[in-house]
Amino acid sequence: MATMVQAIRMALHVGESRLGVTDIFGEDVGPPLGGVFTATQGLKTAWNSPLDERGIIGMAIGLALAGKKPVAEIQFCDYAFNTIDLLKIAGNTYWSSAGDWNVPLVMMSPVGAGIRGSIYHSHSFDAQATRIPGWKIVMPSNPRDAYGLLLSAIVDPNPVMFLKPKALLRVKARPGEEIPGEPTDEKTLSKMIDAPLGDRSQWQPQWPSLEELYIPIGKARVAREGKHLTVLTYGRNVPMALAAAEELVADNIDVEVVDLRSLHPYDWDAIVKSVRKTRRVLCLNEDTEITNFGEHLVRRITEELFYELFAPPKLLAGAHLPGIGLADNLEMASVPQKQSVKAAMVALARHEP
Amino acid sequence: MTALNVSASASALDAAAAQAAPAATPGSGGSLPQTPALPKDLCLRMHDLMLRARVLEERLITMYKQGDGYFWIGGPGEEAFNVALGLLVDKGQGVDHDYLHLHYRSSATLLAMGADPVDSLRQMKNTATDPYSKGRNFAGHYTARKWNVAPISSPIEVQFSIAIGTAKAQQKSSGAKGITIVQGGDAGTAEGDFATALVWSSRKGQELPLLMIVTNNRFGISTPFWGQHGYEQIADRGKAFGMPTAVVDGNDPEASYAAIRRAMDYVRTERKPYLLEAMVSRLHGHSSASGANFVKDEVDALARFESRIEERKWLSRSKMDEMRAQYTQELLEASKRVRVEPQPAAESVWDYVFADKNYVGGEK
Repeated sequence: MATMVQAIRMALHVGESRLGVTDIFGEDVGPPLGGVFTATQGLKTAWNSPLDERGIIGMAIGLALAGKKPVAEIQFCDYAFNTIDLLKIAGNTYWSSAGDWNVPLVMMSPVGAGIRGSIYHSHSFDAQATRIPGWKIVMPSNPRDAYGLLLSAIVDPNPVMFLKPKALLRVKARPGEEIPGEPTDEKTLSKMIDAPLGDRSQWQPQWPSLEELYIPIGKARVAREGKHLTVLTYGRNVPMALAAAEELVADNIDVEVVDLRSLHPYDWDAIVKSVRKTRRVLCLNEDTEITNFGEHLVRRITEELFYELFAPPKLLAGAHLPGIGLADNLEMASVPQKQSVKAAMVALARHEP
Repeated sequence: MTALNVSASASALDAAAAQAAPAATPGSGGSLPQTPALPKDLCLRMHDLMLRARVLEERLITMYKQGDGYFWIGGPGEEAFNVALGLLVDKGQGVDHDYLHLHYRSSATLLAMGADPVDSLRQMKNTATDPYSKGRNFAGHYTARKWNVAPISSPIEVQFSIAIGTAKAQQKSSGAKGITIVQGGDAGTAEGDFATALVWSSRKGQELPLLMIVTNNRFGISTPFWGQHGYEQIADRGKAFGMPTAVVDGNDPEASYAAIRRAMDYVRTERKPYLLEAMVSRLHGHSSASGANFVKDEVDALARFESRIEERKWLSRSKMDEMRAQYTQELLEASKRVRVEPQPAAESVWDYVFADKNYVGGEK
């Protein structure tokens, strides 16, 4: 049973050994560190880049144009903001060249709060990412999805952004979230693929015989079935919503949690199906609330499903603050927590016109 | 229009170039080299292409002024250097050939590589037949995957960050000959992307086969050279990165040809970066936003080369005037045809958002 970061590592191993990945790179991505969250330990095509985010994204675009398959990492999404015009180019090249050049690259970056990362290690990127057309954007909420979405990202002929919810990177898989081919015992897996502490210059990982698993980009997953209200969410907020939903069982509130998994293209059919069933909807994410991806969903649901709703669609998102404060109380007041999610669910379930 | 087959007389050119080009060693910037004499057939070919490129840009400006386009930006004043570049490129598709990351003054390079000038008119008129963008992008924003010409985009200098990627793809192949060529203007070197290319291409033991070209017209878009740069030559910045540099009179096609050839030979053989600065003119302003009118006090590379050709008694003044009139007439007629070609359908705006196949990876 892998953690998400182990799942990512295993997907990259499958990518470089079977799916044509040629370069996995970024700051501290190569040996000896193998990534600040250890997502790239033991990979044979991993290398360390200069400390230059624009160079990292430019390098990825150039490699892709030359027929390679790069996976580029921006160490924290907080440092991707000075690459946005290059991200735009990656997204618009196929379109602006009228189909002459596609740009098959994967950019991955840890996102979100939850590790007391202060102002520059806690940003979300989903609002920015979904404003860059031409990209596919995925965000897993568990190790199995991380594995399957990353494999789909790798074989996609377009630029794909793989957003890693950093608060979940070390969370262990739950039953049903196994990766096909991994050893069931977590200690066995750790011995095989986790680099030892200290000198690791002679260390080689022993990769399990992994099977390929492709979770299609653009398809949501109903993480919990329920009948009273729908939560549309992704990443870190999925387990948070599930935990809140379990606590509301005693109050006879039955919550459906839809894990979008893909932010673009997103699974409108799955959204419609769930909202038509529960007629109450909460959009939940961590990004700042003004011009937020959840706002887009609220807008479209209001426009297209207005007469089927029992309550106004609700958005619970990060506060529109210049940063995320370090102290426990500050961070928790900045982005949704289980208690605020629960409160929003109760209010929505009990709303009467 | 076909590109000159330079390989036929390669050895003669090698000799001429080797004799003529400046010694390119780290820190060799500074004074401009002497004009070399290249073979007559090559000079006349370059003249023909320079003339065609000038006439093309004049037609594009006229189209803009007559309402047959929304914006003009292009390369009058860079024909001498850019024609030489286009003739010297190892043209083809994939890592075994040269990649080009150009900017919006590169029409002469494309013509020298064999592009059809009428396609440039189509892009100006944003027709559905525009092969570069099907009516989506400005004139001068070329792309040609069949020749490794990466899409030209409007943001300044971004191509320098992207070029390191194609160069990296070429670095790894054993016995590789293909190199990456990236070109931009003088003002753009203030962007971080220029430093990105310098840093990433010159890492010890991990050097990239990257030829960086700065075409310096000293104008900037608004802040001129003297208001932006505290150093004499942009090429000098390469010295700190241990790479060979050279400055060439980009208004002289023969000097440019020799300098580009020398730089390319170095990058191709050594698999290491080189910084070449070409001093050029800007004959019609930055773009249509500044009027696009002819500037009289700049060196006109075409006029100067034509005087030289006349002195060498290779072509008469009247013959060159006749050529110019003929090419002008051809493009005038072509522009009338282009004017009635179909505009893109509104619904085509949804085409090419996502690729269904990995075309750059070889899928068909």
